[in-house]
Amino acid sequence: MTRHFAISLPVGSSLENHTGAWRTERPQYADFLPPCNNACPAGENVQNWLYHAEEADYQEAWEEIMRNNPFPAIMGRACYHPCETACNRATVDEAVSIHSVERFLGDRAIAEGWHIKIATEKSGKRILIVGGGPSGLSAAYHLARLGHSVTIVEAEAKAGGMMRYGIPEYRLPRDVIDAEVQRILDMGVTLRLNEKVRDIPAAMKKESFDACFLAIGAHISKHVDIPSPDAGRVLDALHMLRDSENSSDKGALIGRRVIVYGGGNTALDVARSAKRLGGESIIVYRRTKEKMPAHAFEVEEAIEEGIQFRWLETIKHLSDETITIEKMKLDSDGYPQPTGEFEVISGDMVVLALGQDVDTSITTGIPGIKNDKDGIVSVDSNMMTGFPGLFAGGDMVPSERTITVAVGHGKKAARNIDAYLRGKEFSVKEKHTLATAEKLNTWYYSDAEKAVQPTLEMLRRRTTFEEVFGGLDETNALFEARRCMSCGNCFECDNCLAVCPDNAIRKLPMHLGMEPGKGRFEINYDYCKGCGICVAECPAGAMEMVPEVI
Amino acid sequence: MIEPKIQEQSSVDGVQTRVKFYQTGTFTAGNRLLDKELRTVQSSQERSNAITCGHRACQGCGEALGARYALDAAIRAANGNIIAVNATGCLEVFSTPYPETSWQVPWLHSLFGNATAVASGVAAALRRQGKDHIRVVAQGGDGGTTDIGFGALSGMFERNDDVLYLCYDNQGYMNTGVQRSSATPPTARTATTPAVGKAPGNPFGIGKDVPRIAMAHNIPYVATASVANLHDLEEKVTKAMSIHGARYIHIFVPCPLGWAHATRDTIRVARLAVESGVWPLFEAEHGEVIHSSPIRRQIPVEEYLMTQGRFAHLFKPKRDEERLSALQAIANKNIERYHLIHEEANA
Amino acid sequence: MLKQIEGSRGVAEAVALCRPKVVCAYPITPQTHIVEALGEMVRTGELPDCEFINVESEFAAMSVAIGSSAGGVRSYTATSSQGLLFMTEAVYNASGMGLPIVMTLGTRAIGAPINIWNDHSDAMALRDAGWVMLFAETNQEAVDLHIQAFRIAESLGTPVMVCVDGFILTHAYEQLDIPEETLVTKFVGPFQPAYELDPEHPVTAGALVGPEAFAEVRYLAHHKQLQALKRIPALAEEFLQQFGRDSGGYFHAYNLEGASTVVVGMGSVVGTVLDVADELRKNGHSIGVMAITCYRPFPFDTVREALKRAERIIVIDRSITAGMGGPLAADIRLALENRLLPVHTIIAGLGGRPITKASLKKIFERAPLGELPEITFLDLNWDMVKNELGAEVA
Repeated sequence: MTRHFAISLPVGSSLENHTGAWRTERPQYADFLPPCNNACPAGENVQNWLYHAEEADYQEAWEEIMRNNPFPAIMGRACYHPCETACNRATVDEAVSIHSVERFLGDRAIAEGWHIKIATEKSGKRILIVGGGPSGLSAAYHLARLGHSVTIVEAEAKAGGMMRYGIPEYRLPRDVIDAEVQRILDMGVTLRLNEKVRDIPAAMKKESFDACFLAIGAHISKHVDIPSPDAGRVLDALHMLRDSENSSDKGALIGRRVIVYGGGNTALDVARSAKRLGGESIIVYRRTKEKMPAHAFEVEEAIEEGIQFRWLETIKHLSDETITIEKMKLDSDGYPQPTGEFEVISGDMVVLALGQDVDTSITTGIPGIKNDKDGIVSVDSNMMTGFPGLFAGGDMVPSERTITVAVGHGKKAARNIDAYLRGKEFSVKEKHTLATAEKLNTWYYSDAEKAVQPTLEMLRRRTTFEEVFGGLDETNALFEARRCMSCGNCFECDNCLAVCPDNAIRKLPMHLGMEPGKGRFEINYDYCKGCGICVAECPAGAMEMVPEVI
Repeated sequence: MIEPKIQEQSSVDGVQTRVKFYQTGTFTAGNRLLDKELRTVQSSQERSNAITCGHRACQGCGEALGARYALDAAIRAANGNIIAVNATGCLEVFSTPYPETSWQVPWLHSLFGNATAVASGVAAALRRQGKDHIRVVAQGGDGGTTDIGFGALSGMFERNDDVLYLCYDNQGYMNTGVQRSSATPPTARTATTPAVGKAPGNPFGIGKDVPRIAMAHNIPYVATASVANLHDLEEKVTKAMSIHGARYIHIFVPCPLGWAHATRDTIRVARLAVESGVWPLFEAEHGEVIHSSPIRRQIPVEEYLMTQGRFAHLFKPKRDEERLSALQAIANKNIERYHLIHEEANA
Repeated sequence: MLKQIEGSRGVAEAVALCRPKVVCAYPITPQTHIVEALGEMVRTGELPDCEFINVESEFAAMSVAIGSSAGGVRSYTATSSQGLLFMTEAVYNASGMGLPIVMTLGTRAIGAPINIWNDHSDAMALRDAGWVMLFAETNQEAVDLHIQAFRIAESLGTPVMVCVDGFILTHAYEQLDIPEETLVTKFVGPFQPAYELDPEHPVTAGALVGPEAFAEVRYLAHHKQLQALKRIPALAEEFLQQFGRDSGGYFHAYNLEGASTVVVGMGSVVGTVLDVADELRKNGHSIGVMAITCYRPFPFDTVREALKRAERIIVIDRSITAGMGGPLAADIRLALENRLLPVHTIIAGLGGRPITKASLKKIFERAPLGELPEITFLDLNWDMVKNELGAEVA
């Protein structure tokens, strides 16, 4: 055809014009720290395993959990999921039910018999773990993954610690614990039951252990003196729960009208267990409902099941069949103060659920060990005690006492022990900037209410130890995983690619070895004018503007 | 027993298709989990890029974005067989300064006010050559459409020529330095409706509603769209391309320069216009509204207005309550007229 | 084939023989009969395979033609007077884009005051629009020029305007020879598109051109007109060979050899002028006539050569450039370069005022006597003017 000079032009010739020179700020991809990850005491990369779960790649998702936590099925039930408290989705509708997806994955792993491949290269190092609770098992698991030889010594008849002896079955079925513990043992970890270590340095020396992780928990119940004609009518909570676990005739252990004294989760566990054993449960707590240390949702569940609460009351005296309580009131600082007003209520048993102290007998005499007044053992930032090669974690070191924290301690200790044994320094990667809700553009997320776990019918909740909450089926688990907003991390929605007025973003072809969600797009700074629309319209807030360097 | 959660997604042809839920996908350009056909054209690296890199549009230009969105969708719908006719204006100027053009489709620019007539001519020529598979798209800004090109637009409509006209509405003459057009909204500050005097900005009670005027021609298809609603925009273009005869899509494209908003906020501003009812999204066939897109998260109009310097005088030095409520009333009227609040959507 | 038909019908039939694919029109007197006839021919199938598009304005008419021409088909429209001015922007655009559109201009005065009758004000208003402009002396020539126009337009990539005097020609019935279709088809040839708007081979057409290349674009437009200047007589010669008729070319020369007085005119007025000149020559006057056909591009060299022996020139201008005089006369003066000889402008026939033989005869007779002023308004009613201007006019 005739080319008309200047008036007609060859298509696409504007590629010669590099508009990138206009830019004063440049967009770039960023990986911010999702709040769920930030909140997880076990250090799970929640957002990353949800990413895989969204794709229905459940095994990959499960393996990602297992990088940090060997108990997905347990955690999905018993963890108090601070990840969900932190979840940014709560600003849109409701937090993602992370725990229910985790549980789905954990259950699927058990059903499918998924295992973790461990390092083929053995270190030749031997580690003694004292205490087969969540922290000890976690440490054993991670150390085994790292190629070490691990022996757990557990005083009880079964492994699991507080997971088994502190959490009632209706919250955590025992076959789940058994399966996830067995998986660790299947990795070659030795478990010695019904055995107590008395002298750690001696035990290490005797069996040539290169290091020891001490995680015996805190199981000395705190007591208050309540005048009583019959000491047998006062039990402590842990004993009651432990006996309930070990006894074949659970009903014989408990009175008809059980007064539980305390306001923590253990108090609730006791009260709810007693209810299931055919008794009537009354919780007496000296402060208000709002001040209870127990999780609000557990309080609500207990109320649903018919547990009675007596707030702002203390137990003063026990006599036959009756218990005298004193009413309290909160002072201006929120502390309960006695009113001198008494009431007598009926009740044939009192269970004290007032917290636990650490049994210091095991650490007494070990050089360099420091205990505080409650027996808590001091550790350094590497989880090591004052005695070289002796690490400690879980409820016996200063921290919040949850099984997830304990699992996190186990991991952290394992990595430090590994470094210690290899003569290296374990260093934690610097945390990325937190992906706060303001960074997100939540308009893009489809409206989606939280998938609800099925709940056991009330009669059975009140009378059996069957699990209260059911798991999500696959459809709902997938749905719930997809509610994740992927805060601060690209999940390939293609928005940046679409919204650039200058076509300056390129979608890279997927190739093997590329980390999912990372490096899927590329900004062509030859043309990017720096308008910032890609950053503003990134749903996940996984981009940022940075000033151009002059 | 819990019912599995399934997200309903309405498709353009009115058929309810059931798709699995994705965190995004209904509103984002794409999503790695979505079936390819449910993703937008823009989410594909293989999209046509009707306007490619190197054009001279301002940073954050809504029109550059809207034009690429619309044309790429049209190109896909026509299997690449598109000829575009362009009115004079920003889009034409920033895309074709000699010796470089950003267009990658056959593209013809004649004058400011005649894009529709030229397009009619091109369509007639194609028909006479038996090239029925090649489709004609005409496009222009609001000035070239609602003002100077209005006669030609109306002529193309009444003749029902086989042309899809795309109006990229940035509510003023931005190319010439932000003067008022008949698409400029009340109270907006422009160079010819300055924010001075007793009633600063563009007066109330003037201007024209071209989508409704288009509907009055009883042409087969009229729709409004926005750069903030990419799926909706592409679906409308695709639908328009499936129809022969005169079709009109009026696309809301914010102008950071003329509206005085941050360049990064182009889509946000457009979104707020939709969510406040300022910019109703609807479709009409043969003069009757057949569908409107419900507002997802309704906001008061002032949230939209506050994003833009052209409305700053409504808030400073003191709030102009009277005119703010008059503007809210306009949005309310849109909401009522086009049924933008769906009961079930808010349930 | 000889037909006793109206000029407009003749033009329409000639256009139809050239087989345009798109004809677009907006009605304006005196162009209407041409497009009415074409519209009918499209409906009856006499003009097959053609879109007849009724548009909403002349601006749209030219715009549709721009689109259809750029879209790859032979395109035609017709207008007059205000219509031409209304489409002015598009007229310039068509030439700027190099589109081979052919348009008939049924020449007519321009308002205000509104006037539907013939003069050349419309054509003259757009003489700088970059179009080739041909003026028909007769309806037969109007027929022939349209056939040549498509050939010129398409071989050069330039639009061509064929100016046919409104009413005087467009509405006059006379015997016309409408050429055979096969001859026309052979002469005009297949359509050569200026652009190919082809999705397979996309191109941007109508770019923004800044100072760095605008002058070059304009030079090339000028160059194209100079090419047209070469092509036009060659095509007229070819036409003569094939159709046996001397139509088109630069101008028609009547008894120029040895004529001391030469009358220059364009369009239908030439017929009257020739009658007067014939009579005067019988009476011994040395008078010849030059009927300009090719007004744009203007054949300066050839005109100069043809006028080199003339002692005085009378130019009949059918329009007035207020404050300057006659536009055709200005071009003639330019053609004469440095030759100092009287060039008398006769502003005649404005707004349909009859140009009578008697009036012309008086003018032509006075010229050799040296009594003719530089500019004369033919048959101006001085009483009316004086009445209006009072003492101003002495």
